[in-house]
Amino acid sequence: MPPVDETGRRRPSRAPRTPMPERDPVERAQDFDEVALGYTEEQALAEADRCIQCANPTCIAGCPVNIDIKAFIARILERDYAGGVAVIKERNALPAVCGRVCPQEEQCEAACVLSRKGEPVAIGRLERFLGDYDLACDLEHRCRVEVGQDSGRKVAVIGSGPAGLACAGELRRFGHAVTVFESLHAPGGVLTYGIPEFRLPKSIVQAEIEMLQATGVEIVTDAVVGATYTLQELMSVHGYDAAFIGVGAGLPIFLGVPGENLNGVYSANEFLTRVNLMRAYEFPKADTPVWRGRKVAVVGGGNVAMDAARTAKRLGAEQVFLVYRRSEDEMPARREEVHHAREEGIEFKMLCSPQEVLGRDGWVTGMVVTRMELGEPDESGRRAPVCVVGSEHTIECDTVVVAVGTRANPLLTTATPGLEVSSRGYILTDEDGATSIPGVFAGGDIVTGAATVILAMGAGKRAARAIDRYLRDSS
Amino acid sequence: MFAIVHKRQLSESVFEMGVHAPQIARKVRAGQFLMLRVNERGERIPLTFSDWSADEGWIRFIFMRVGKTTHLLSHLEVGDALADVVGPLGVPTHTEGLGRVAVVGGGVGTAVAYPVARAMLEAGNEVTAIVGARTKDLLILIEEFEALPLAKLMVVTDDGSAGEKGLVTAPLARLCDAGAIDHAMAIGPAIMMKFCAQTTKERGVPCTVSLNPIMVDGTGMCGACRVTVGGETKFGCVDGPDFDGHLVDFEELMSRQRVYADLEREADAEFSKECSCRL
Ligand SMILES: Cc1cc2nc3c(=O)[nH]c(=O)nc-3n(C[C@H](O)[C@H](O)[C@H](O)COP(=O)(O)OP(=O)(O)OC[C@H]3O[C@@H](n4cnc5c(N)ncnc54)[C@H](O)[C@@H]3O)c2cc1C
Ligand SMILES: Cc1cc2nc3c(=O)[nH]c(=O)nc-3n(C[C@H](O)[C@H](O)[C@H](O)COP(=O)(O)OP(=O)(O)OC[C@H]3O[C@@H](n4cnc5c(N)ncnc54)[C@H](O)[C@@H]3O)c2cc1C
Ligand code: SF4
Ligand code: FES
Repeated sequence: MPPVDETGRRRPSRAPRTPMPERDPVERAQDFDEVALGYTEEQALAEADRCIQCANPTCIAGCPVNIDIKAFIARILERDYAGGVAVIKERNALPAVCGRVCPQEEQCEAACVLSRKGEPVAIGRLERFLGDYDLACDLEHRCRVEVGQDSGRKVAVIGSGPAGLACAGELRRFGHAVTVFESLHAPGGVLTYGIPEFRLPKSIVQAEIEMLQATGVEIVTDAVVGATYTLQELMSVHGYDAAFIGVGAGLPIFLGVPGENLNGVYSANEFLTRVNLMRAYEFPKADTPVWRGRKVAVVGGGNVAMDAARTAKRLGAEQVFLVYRRSEDEMPARREEVHHAREEGIEFKMLCSPQEVLGRDGWVTGMVVTRMELGEPDESGRRAPVCVVGSEHTIECDTVVVAVGTRANPLLTTATPGLEVSSRGYILTDEDGATSIPGVFAGGDIVTGAATVILAMGAGKRAARAIDRYLRDSS
Repeated sequence: MFAIVHKRQLSESVFEMGVHAPQIARKVRAGQFLMLRVNERGERIPLTFSDWSADEGWIRFIFMRVGKTTHLLSHLEVGDALADVVGPLGVPTHTEGLGRVAVVGGGVGTAVAYPVARAMLEAGNEVTAIVGARTKDLLILIEEFEALPLAKLMVVTDDGSAGEKGLVTAPLARLCDAGAIDHAMAIGPAIMMKFCAQTTKERGVPCTVSLNPIMVDGTGMCGACRVTVGGETKFGCVDGPDFDGHLVDFEELMSRQRVYADLEREADAEFSKECSCRL
């Protein structure tokens, strides 16, 4: 029991934020096992004890899906972990995933009252603690969403990333039958093919997906909607009453500089897919190869670039450069990941913009970059980089990984007449995710452009509620 | 899992395989391809549909044993199953209103040329087929081609062991020079397509080629399959596989196809140790 004062009120701990146990950087950079080990029960209790259980908990508004953070922390203090899991699962079906990958430092933790004077409660780590607690239980004892009474209606969910999975889970609560169609051979979206094992173990993603299947969600892999099925056909021939599109923004953007098709130049998507989804790091035990560069230049400054750089290191690169055209402060990657990358010996080359990839006999030998200076803030509010004339120089490398963003994949949208998209190919929806086609909803990266796991999940869930209303109204 | 319902050996290293895949069978059009994975540890590889039946719910493809995955595949029999089959992918071959067409198939490309020739005929074109291989034993699908209502079938082998001695470009050049064709479609190894494109370009005959870059997903997500066409980067899997042969950068394609050559040999060598048969 936490200490109480004379009046019987609980006195929160004033201890500093409980550090996350992590593996040694040198050791961990040699394998793909998880870096952050997670709180022990003792550590979780100590950290939970720092929460002052505010009468007006500001953290909740900072959470994109408004998890009742105060309540789940209270459950931890009571050592009612299952109760804590249930509080989170009211709002977020994947706590073990979000506890690991959400940018809490910009969301709930930034909004925590304690952050005004010092360090906020480590809400993300506590979320992960509960998520892991739940997954450690056998299937029967895990927190399970209540499946609603069978409504007799069927919904097709296209894409099994966080948006699709969240939507599917929520639709089951309303009692609708759900089939998820996934084009790849494994479900999970970016959680499976993009975010590496050392940051998000695939066993966790799998366990969460199994849980969804246990509630009756059917998942059909190897199904490319727009090719294997069309959306129209799902609704008219296969009897789906509504559909949710959560196909992500999976089309890689390249730099458009000379030499970009040389052998040894990868999109981050290809590099990470080979390694994560196809397990190329186990080659030749797994059949898919990946080129293991000695000197690797990764272009970009987001989470994707950090993941690619740290993956290259783990594949045995002697040197990995992170080439970014703004300064470190402008990098969109999570601070924690930047810190981890530095610890693992990734070399940061800030304010450098690639001009050309050099090669010999078809293979990469280097990359010419120009130095940049920061000028006036642009529309994103970040200071725009401008070229320093005559500052070209060459970074010697044998591999280049391009991680400068992704776009909408037109495969499904162009095969779906009547589905309105923006000039950049993203699906247009109203606040609830309704598209221009009645009964068809959309959410996640295919609507917003590349964003975050929690925003995609939030959109999936919101759309599920709108789909439920649509189905009720149309019955 | 996708059950194997048909298997036939066409030559020493070329096999035809049929798989139960009713949903895919309903959608396929000539020139499209599938991605398959033999088992849970397997690589995703692209193969072109060679035949399909929407009524009976199967699709077929023809593959040449060249490395580990195609080797594993060659050992599977009717009753076994493939972990994954995805498709149909890629843009179907344009067949409408081409007129007099020469369809050129080289080596295992013949497997792709056959359904393309059939589709060209169905679309009302006049079709001459040129089928080439290094030697007689490697020629495939000759009977099937003979059964099509072709204007002419021309067989070519490098060593002259069957048909005309030489390369497929010789009869192709003759057809062009005689003004006997309005369009050529070349499918085979990159080097063969390169020379077919050159032959037709010099003679002012349009030429479509079906490119075979390395692929991972086959749906536009990775960019492994990028090819340069007319100075622009295209994704082979979603923008192709068919492109204007006169505009393709074949040197780049051939270079990119070799990226994993060493690693593939390694995987294959490992595998051969365990496998009883000789590749
Ligand atoms: C390497 C990497 C690291 C990241 N790190 C973080 C992080 O630390 N924190 C964070 O919050 N966010 C992170 N993100 C962003 C986050 O992963 C995405 O915003 C989120 O996954 C989007 O979810 P989604 O469901 O919209 O799409 P996705 O996760 O992209 O899933 C879409 C799914 O739809 C499938 N699909 C596509 N087309 C079709 C079709 N036609 N038919 C059937 N299925 C189809 C795809 O195969 C895929 O499985 C990262 C992204 C990447 C790439
Ligand atoms: C659109 C398309 C259609 C094709 N259609 C046919 C067909 O109908 N019949 C047929 O026999 N072959 C076809 N191929 C080629 C076939 O995909 C390769 O022969 C096969 O992937 C070899 O795999 P492997 O493991 O046996 O050999 P490996 O030892 O892995 O490779 C041998 C060679 O095959 C190529 N290759 C390897 N992996 C891939 C990959 N993932 N994607 C593409 N090429 C690769 C490379 O050039 C490599 O050097 C097609 C390729 C493409 C892109
Ligand atoms: S704002 Fe911070 S201290 Fe207050 S309830 Fe939320 S987590 Fe606890
Ligand atoms: S194979 Fe991945 S984009 Fe074409």
